[in-house]
Amino acid sequence: MTLVKTQIGRRAFIKNTSLAGGGLVLGFSFLNACKPKVAEAVAVEIEMPKEWFEINGYLKIGDNGIVTIMSPNPEIGQNVRTSMPMILADELEIDWKDVLVEQAPLNTNLYSWQVAGGSRSIMNSWQNLRMAGATARQMLKEAAANAWQVPVGEIKAVAGVLSHEASGNSAGYGEMASAASQIEVPEEVELKDRSEFSIIGTSRKNVDGKKIVTGQPLFGIDVQREGMLIASLAHPPAFGMKLKSFDAEEAKQMPGIRDVFSVKLFDDDFKKMAFHHTAFNELVAVVGETTWQVMQAKKAVKVEWEASPDTVVGMSLFGNEMKVNHPSGMENSDTHNAKLKELSARKGKVARRDGNPEAAFANAAKVIERSYSCPFLAHNTMEPMNFFANVTEDHAELLGPTQTPEWMEPAVSERLGLPLEKVDIQMTRQGGGFGRRLYGHFMVEAAVISQQMKAPVKLVYSREDDMSQGMYRPAYYATYRAALDEDNNLVAFHVKAGGVPESPLFANRFPAGAIDHYLAEGYTIDSNITTGAFRAPRSNFIAGAEQSFLDEVAEEMGKDPIDFRLELLKRAEENPVGDPETNDYEAARYAGVLELVREKTNWGQNDAGVHRGVSAYFCHNSYVAQVLDMVMENGKPTVQKVTSAIDCGIVVNPDAATNMAEGGIVDGIGHAMYSALTFKDGAPEQHNFDRYRLIRHKEAPKEIETHFVDNGIDPTGMGEPPFPPIMGALANALYRATGRRHYHQPFISDKPPLVG
Amino acid sequence: MATFNLNINGESHQLDVDPTTPMLWVLRDHMKLVGTKYGCGIAQCGACTVHVGDNAVRSCQLPVSAVGEQEITTIEGLSEHGDHPVQKAWLETDVYQCGYCQAGQIMTASALLKQNPSPTDAEIENAMQGNICRCGTYTRIKKAVKLAANGES
Ligand code: FES
Ligand code: FES
Repeated sequence: MTLVKTQIGRRAFIKNTSLAGGGLVLGFSFLNACKPKVAEAVAVEIEMPKEWFEINGYLKIGDNGIVTIMSPNPEIGQNVRTSMPMILADELEIDWKDVLVEQAPLNTNLYSWQVAGGSRSIMNSWQNLRMAGATARQMLKEAAANAWQVPVGEIKAVAGVLSHEASGNSAGYGEMASAASQIEVPEEVELKDRSEFSIIGTSRKNVDGKKIVTGQPLFGIDVQREGMLIASLAHPPAFGMKLKSFDAEEAKQMPGIRDVFSVKLFDDDFKKMAFHHTAFNELVAVVGETTWQVMQAKKAVKVEWEASPDTVVGMSLFGNEMKVNHPSGMENSDTHNAKLKELSARKGKVARRDGNPEAAFANAAKVIERSYSCPFLAHNTMEPMNFFANVTEDHAELLGPTQTPEWMEPAVSERLGLPLEKVDIQMTRQGGGFGRRLYGHFMVEAAVISQQMKAPVKLVYSREDDMSQGMYRPAYYATYRAALDEDNNLVAFHVKAGGVPESPLFANRFPAGAIDHYLAEGYTIDSNITTGAFRAPRSNFIAGAEQSFLDEVAEEMGKDPIDFRLELLKRAEENPVGDPETNDYEAARYAGVLELVREKTNWGQNDAGVHRGVSAYFCHNSYVAQVLDMVMENGKPTVQKVTSAIDCGIVVNPDAATNMAEGGIVDGIGHAMYSALTFKDGAPEQHNFDRYRLIRHKEAPKEIETHFVDNGIDPTGMGEPPFPPIMGALANALYRATGRRHYHQPFISDKPPLVG
Repeated sequence: MATFNLNINGESHQLDVDPTTPMLWVLRDHMKLVGTKYGCGIAQCGACTVHVGDNAVRSCQLPVSAVGEQEITTIEGLSEHGDHPVQKAWLETDVYQCGYCQAGQIMTASALLKQNPSPTDAEIENAMQGNICRCGTYTRIKKAVKLAANGES
């Protein structure tokens, strides 16, 4: 049992209003205007209470014992709308079948970190959610103790029922909810012991499952409103260009079109956060009645674009001021690649230096050097960018898919000239995020268009708009060198990694700390192509490169790839190089996942014809090791099975976490194997899924097996960590299957062609 | 603009609309049936899949003028209570991550099973190849299709 202070959110908790209005609570009332027939048929599964009592900002209890839990964070497919309420429900001690989940709006007074980013939703809210549940449980107990005139310590709460053994009293939560809502918030509450969890750690189905399989309105793009107009934006066809002028005479005459005008997002002196950035600050908006009309009219707008000058954009990222250079000119992938290669041969900016790497390399008996690269990628969330806005003179209602409502709110407020409290942001379920919706320019765009039109507006990007708008995963390049002595010992390690426009280097991650002589350098190339976080930023390339290189080094040393890694980790654990505090991984947990995956796959005992690659990586506070089994089918390498061992601490919803791991694996194989966004004269060469290849059914692993380390540590990241290492396991298995190492993503075009 | 009589989910609807409008937008914008999703608009992702008669068709490439008398079924009309075997198998398998592609996946899978009640793995993969899932739920989709085929759900 742990005692925690209830200070977080305490002010908010004191708001004990009882809310009347039975049957009002099934969420998504904002989507109700658009209600297909089926909706009513499936919605009424839980009987609605006649009255609700708000216990705190996270939950309300109905007079019949039904509990509504507010899920504070954006749901992008990582399943927080199920797993976050599960945490609260467990501490509240309620039966999961009596729980309704509602998406909380942005409310910075009640909640903290309403962000889907950095794999931090569960990690950051673990304590708050538990406290909110435990506080309510305690208040219910106190209400029962008052009613029955018995000591509160003798009251038990189990699965929504309060009881007092000695007096024989018992009551459901619903009966005590009204009284509990009047109780003073306790100073301190007891949290459950891990052994007492009854919901956390058990698999619960997605709370939106029924709505998803029956096609009910859930997503931003599904929002419908009386009098709502549709907007589409034209942006420059290439990076390095901006709006010069446009002629919309013809477009304005087209059926259903209400207006065509230019939109400027931010003034030059606006103090931007990194999440406000966009390549195209001035756009042409086409507004009309239906999506198809607007899409057609956009083609009829004659827009002239002109070259944009060199620009320096000041912005802040978590309080750090930075400047981003966007040089003028139309860029090409060929030029990027040539430049990356050129810089990789020069001295970079040293990020870490242990021992004397230069001397160690000079004296080495053998030096292994390999270079790796990857292209830009578009996030390609399945639901393209969109947002609904209804801006009136004194209020802005914003509704849609965003990963960062909290960080976008000030930008909208400033741009519209409305105080923060007049800006309401609500989140829909989101058709994928992957980092793309961290950058919410589309929310500001929708708001500005609505303000101009004086009407509710839904802005919808076409797939082509979405893919050519920027905020991409950067293009990266990394060169690794390893020095072996006469006895084939690894004595020095060198990584030099660069990118357009950022370096993927993590200087203090493994194998830093495990090798006496170590050098890490980075370099960057400025670009006017905007980039941003893409699921496991930087790790999503460097993990695969590093893990492929280690595989090759192990082979050169004649060692088993898992043994080799474990030896390095043992060194890092027992006798780390440098200040152990600077090595940002725990060697024992790292080794733990490798050992687990070795055991689960019977490593070393695979069938003939099965070619195995292993990989392990640490990011977002979690550890993942993977073994990928590849077979050759009709001359084509095919992924038969992937086995993962994951240490992300306590797993709240194991089947959902398994689903995330499976998704990360498919995502990683797909992007490493098939996907690329390339540029010619500043313009992306792929605008839709005809030329931009994403992994499909046939290319997915036939089987995926996921194991979690059971160590009782508070939860760490889960959405991102299974993604980066798989690219290394893939490359290593490909080598064993085909005899050829792959260094440049996408592997399918890493010459000579491998498949297809 | 022209007037069309459409047969959607067992009901007939009269609609005044530009004949070139793809059924995807007729369903979403005019009929307010938003379960059918937009993903690419060029028949490459499968998010917009509906049934025309018994066939899975990409509604983004189906102009309203080409529909005629044919019966259209959308995800909303696949079953009355969300209990079509494929929907049940999806629920049982908890297939979805973001969920956005899943209406299209379900419509393709249910058309497949209607024509081929016990498909092999390769037949499932072939039929489902046109439906992208960006979240990568392919292994679960296959599992759910098999579950629905075996009638265990
Ligand atoms: S939207 Fe029709 S196939 Fe993609
Ligand atoms: S579940 Fe997200 S695209 Fe398929």
